[in-house]
Amino acid sequence: MLTLSINGHEHQFDGPPDMPLLWYLRDTLGYTGTKFGCGMALCGACTVHLNGTAVRSCITPVVAAAGKQVTTIEGLSPDGSHPVQRAWMTLNVAQCGYCQAGQIMQAASLLKSKPQPSDADIDAAMSGNICRCGTYTRIRDAIKLAAGEGSAA
Amino acid sequence: MSQDNLRICNESRRSFLLGFGAGSLLLAFGLPTLARAAETPKKEYGGEGQEHGLRDDPHLFVEIAPDGTVTVVCIRSEMGQGVRTSVALVVADELGADWPRVKVRQAPGDEEKYGNQDTDGSRSLRQSFAALRRAGAAARTMLEQAAAAQWGVPAAQVKASIHEVVDTKSGRKLGFGELAGKAAALPAPHPDTLTLKSPTEFRYIGKGKTPLIDGHDIVTGSAHYGIDTRLDGMLYAVIARPPVYGDKLASFDGSAAEKMPGVVKVLTLAATPLPSGFQPLGGVAVVANNSWVAIKAREQLKINWSSGPNTHYDSVAYRAQLEAANRKPGEVARNDGNVDQALSAATKRVSADYYIPHLAHASMEPPSAVAKVAGDRCEVWACTQAPQAVREEVAKGLGIPVTNVTVNVTLLGGGFGRKSKPDYVVEAALLSRATGKPVKVLWTREDDIVNDYFHAVSAEHLEAALDGSGKVAGWLHRTAAPSIQSTFMPGIKHEQPFELSQGLIDLPFAIPNVRVENPAVEAHTRIGWFRSVYNIPHAFGVQSFVAELAHAAGRDHRDFLLELIGPDRRYVPTSRVEFSNYSEDPALYPIDTKRLKRVIETVTAAANWGRALPKGHGLGLAAHYSFVSYTAAVIEVEAGPDGKLSIPRVHIAIDCGPQVNPERVRSQLEGAVIMGIGLALHGEISFKNGRSEQSNFNDYLVLRMNEAPREIHVHMVGADDFSVPLSGVGEPGLPPIAPALTNAIFAATGERIRTLPVRQQWVKAKHIA
Repeated sequence: MLTLSINGHEHQFDGPPDMPLLWYLRDTLGYTGTKFGCGMALCGACTVHLNGTAVRSCITPVVAAAGKQVTTIEGLSPDGSHPVQRAWMTLNVAQCGYCQAGQIMQAASLLKSKPQPSDADIDAAMSGNICRCGTYTRIRDAIKLAAGEGSAA
Repeated sequence: MSQDNLRICNESRRSFLLGFGAGSLLLAFGLPTLARAAETPKKEYGGEGQEHGLRDDPHLFVEIAPDGTVTVVCIRSEMGQGVRTSVALVVADELGADWPRVKVRQAPGDEEKYGNQDTDGSRSLRQSFAALRRAGAAARTMLEQAAAAQWGVPAAQVKASIHEVVDTKSGRKLGFGELAGKAAALPAPHPDTLTLKSPTEFRYIGKGKTPLIDGHDIVTGSAHYGIDTRLDGMLYAVIARPPVYGDKLASFDGSAAEKMPGVVKVLTLAATPLPSGFQPLGGVAVVANNSWVAIKAREQLKINWSSGPNTHYDSVAYRAQLEAANRKPGEVARNDGNVDQALSAATKRVSADYYIPHLAHASMEPPSAVAKVAGDRCEVWACTQAPQAVREEVAKGLGIPVTNVTVNVTLLGGGFGRKSKPDYVVEAALLSRATGKPVKVLWTREDDIVNDYFHAVSAEHLEAALDGSGKVAGWLHRTAAPSIQSTFMPGIKHEQPFELSQGLIDLPFAIPNVRVENPAVEAHTRIGWFRSVYNIPHAFGVQSFVAELAHAAGRDHRDFLLELIGPDRRYVPTSRVEFSNYSEDPALYPIDTKRLKRVIETVTAAANWGRALPKGHGLGLAAHYSFVSYTAAVIEVEAGPDGKLSIPRVHIAIDCGPQVNPERVRSQLEGAVIMGIGLALHGEISFKNGRSEQSNFNDYLVLRMNEAPREIHVHMVGADDFSVPLSGVGEPGLPPIAPALTNAIFAATGERIRTLPVRQQWVKAKHIA
């Protein structure tokens, strides 16, 4: 039996310890905001935070999250008011929106470690997150907008 | 993806409907629509010409609650094009609703009730704009009538304002919510009696100020996609499908899988005889109590497939076949003047061959569906572009009446044409019946790529005669590609009229001698619609070749292209095959060379075409007519000394007629640029021994942030001229991108790329090593 903290709530897990966090979140707990995209950490759709840092939940076994704070898109803010979420809405970044939870979690993690990222920082942090609709220019703009808000706050 | 294509399946859809007594459905909804249907003559073009036609009855599309909340029913699928927002804002504008009090509800699949619901062919707004306006205006009129009746004044004395109706004499007001009950009981006014707003009165249409209706749900993770459906007692399934199209299950051993904790059942699904159309490929399914167990258990299956007719499909050999086919005359699709004579009389003869490989859609949400079968009824939840086809194919798969299938349409995590095919929903239905439980079918990324309905591989052969003054006197274009029709009918060896009408027989150039030919080739895998469809190879061939001809003639590419298009004219191409023109009335949507030239002039002016560029930089141009819209792009590339190819900026111009939601038009064009560059640089599915050699994003590469252009400038042409009809948006941005990119690489490096994908390493090897 493993104990996990997910979005501030404790959960007991007694399934196979190699089960990826992604499927525990989606299928068992119903946190479907975290998306399946590739199963091989190639696309970033499944990105969540582990103790505040972005990880790919499709290759993170549940056992690796035991005793740590897991944050999903549903837990990033109570009401969508995180600066990254607000910037995403202001610029209408999303097209289909499927990858955007992962993009937002990745961007929030980036801004936590680099509050004023350069274009190169953005490339380095965000190139693991695929958007097939092609919203990259708006994602870049939204990260800069969120960074601006962060510095103003 | 093009709606023309649906005529293919419409044949089977129609006969199927007849078989199961579609008539009984007609009792399920109100008389006004029936009466209207009876008095409206069948139309050939546009939304009216689609299977099940077009509806504008406000009772179908507008609901107003007592608290004033307006709910607009959306019958098109949302896959990133913003259609739920755009449909709602059209209705809201005509109705006079206040945007923050507008909601959208997704209609279930029911074309007898709602009219055609397919989301494809870049036609959602183009073909339903007028009908949506009529629905909104009719609802507004009914609210006014209800208010007039309540106050006992003539209807002419009241006027709807923003979310309320005002008595123009006394100034008293009633909110929409207060009037809703009485208004809803009124019959819908006849469309001919409606007063539509003039464009100057629009508050939302054409403004681009409306936030996405699903924006908050998307950023908070509560948006519901097909893969997100969860039902009580639901099981999770993955399927081992034949990796070669037409291979069959010979034998399998599922004992190891069955022993795994959490596995509920291992069972076979029958293969559909070729061509399999919209029905599943069959295989061995693993049903479990979560996705992970199902995926792991599938790895334990031991399966022997027996070889079918496509086991030797090999992309290297097939390319040689396509190119050999193009060396001989093919079926003539268009023939103006005498090309042979023009070619023999040429001062300079130029020819080139282009190759565009298979592509996979790779929508970020792979196909997924949940089905719940109970007796002879089935309810499904699916990310689908074709809810009615889902109904019909699920009914066919289960052998139950179409009317017994309920289709709930979720958001789509991308579609691009893949989700027009309902095979994955039929799989869920079959597994639900077999297990007696609700079942979710998950396609892993490998499933999605290996068993896609692939975009057709294509070889394009072009020849031209330049005369003494450097003008093009003759043009021969041969195209060899498997047809989408091959997925639905046996024995298909030629591209169909709707495919040949996509940037081939509609060549918009003033050349006296033109011949277009289509040699016979056979398909060896499932071919399907992919965003912009056959425009991809045709535009790549034509727009690359124009740049090559300009170079051969020693001319500036832009000037040469504008001259080739020639004088201003509006015309319908004459060809031996019927020009389908994206199902639009040629009288309303002739090809207009002035509009095509205008997007070229706009985009080249914006890109400062002809300016001096730093070493290693180049500008590439391409223009294309598709989905009755006009697009042109200028891409700037930088070929660095380290062999790295980067794209500092892209300009793209579109004339898609008046725009309902310019903000979403802009985003669609930005997306088309990025997807188009990704396809051109990296996109390739290749076959060996009958199976795709790619299976995930490690070998089927798509564009990532670090390779994307830093700047994309979208230029709108004619966006607020509501005197012309709307044209397509979702697809037309894509076709000019690949040729604009390779033309830019030529300008930067002198290297002409005629085979896609470009591949970064190729550029490096060629220029740096």
